[in-house]
Amino acid sequence: MPITPSLALFYVVGALALGGALVVVMSRNIVYAAFGLLASMIGVAGLFLLAFAEFLALAQILIYGGAVVIVILFALMLTRIEDFENLSDHPQWPVAALVAIAVFGLIAATVVGTTAAASDRQGLSFTALGRNLFTEWAVAFEVASLVLLVALIGAVVLVRGGGSRD
Amino acid sequence: MIELAHFQVVSAALFAIGIYGVLARRSAVLILMSIELMLNAVNVNLIGFAAFGDFTEGQRALGQVLIIFVITIAAAELALAIAIILRLYRNRSTVNVDEISLMKW
Repeated sequence: MPITPSLALFYVVGALALGGALVVVMSRNIVYAAFGLLASMIGVAGLFLLAFAEFLALAQILIYGGAVVIVILFALMLTRIEDFENLSDHPQWPVAALVAIAVFGLIAATVVGTTAAASDRQGLSFTALGRNLFTEWAVAFEVASLVLLVALIGAVVLVRGGGSRD
Repeated sequence: MIELAHFQVVSAALFAIGIYGVLARRSAVLILMSIELMLNAVNVNLIGFAAFGDFTEGQRALGQVLIIFVITIAAAELALAIAIILRLYRNRSTVNVDEISLMKW
């Protein structure tokens, strides 16, 4: 199989995504884990770009790189960080590794052994995506915005309410 | 030449790493990060099928719309989970999930 430029790029961003993910689950330092998550999310954004989904790549970097990692870093700062030095050694980690390898082996074997009806790589224009999102899936879009609103209000109520009135 | 299988294998690997993180880490924040990894694995799988599947334009758009909804729900879930973790930390002064056995029978 010849190595085309797009395949080389795929290996680069795939390695970034998987390497970042490994840092998340292996790192002793929890702040490094947060930055590993950032690297992994940027790698996934690269995968979106390679699938010609520019809008999703933008949204991925904005939401995960901009918002999620910052929120997680805030959560780390507001909880006690010293405790995490020896937190990665859960006694059940060999079982966890076994389960993870089994899941990967199962999915990968199924993927390799199955032929899906595939076509050439095709993207979707911003216009087509927007038209579809706001006509065919407009109701689902509104429901999603409602879910976000409820989650935001719920988060505020959870954090501030202490059972005390005023 | 990138194929659908490339995306699927990367997605499976991300998902397996996320499973390992959820099962093996003890900090609630790290478990949350591993769940985010698993949600991203699902997104990679979806975009693979949306780009390489033998579909009409409307079906490709549905794949990308689904990814947008997954990202939205993941953000909402993250906000609530962080709120719960901060609340737990305030009440129990720990985020180690082994010590949080309030609802364990």
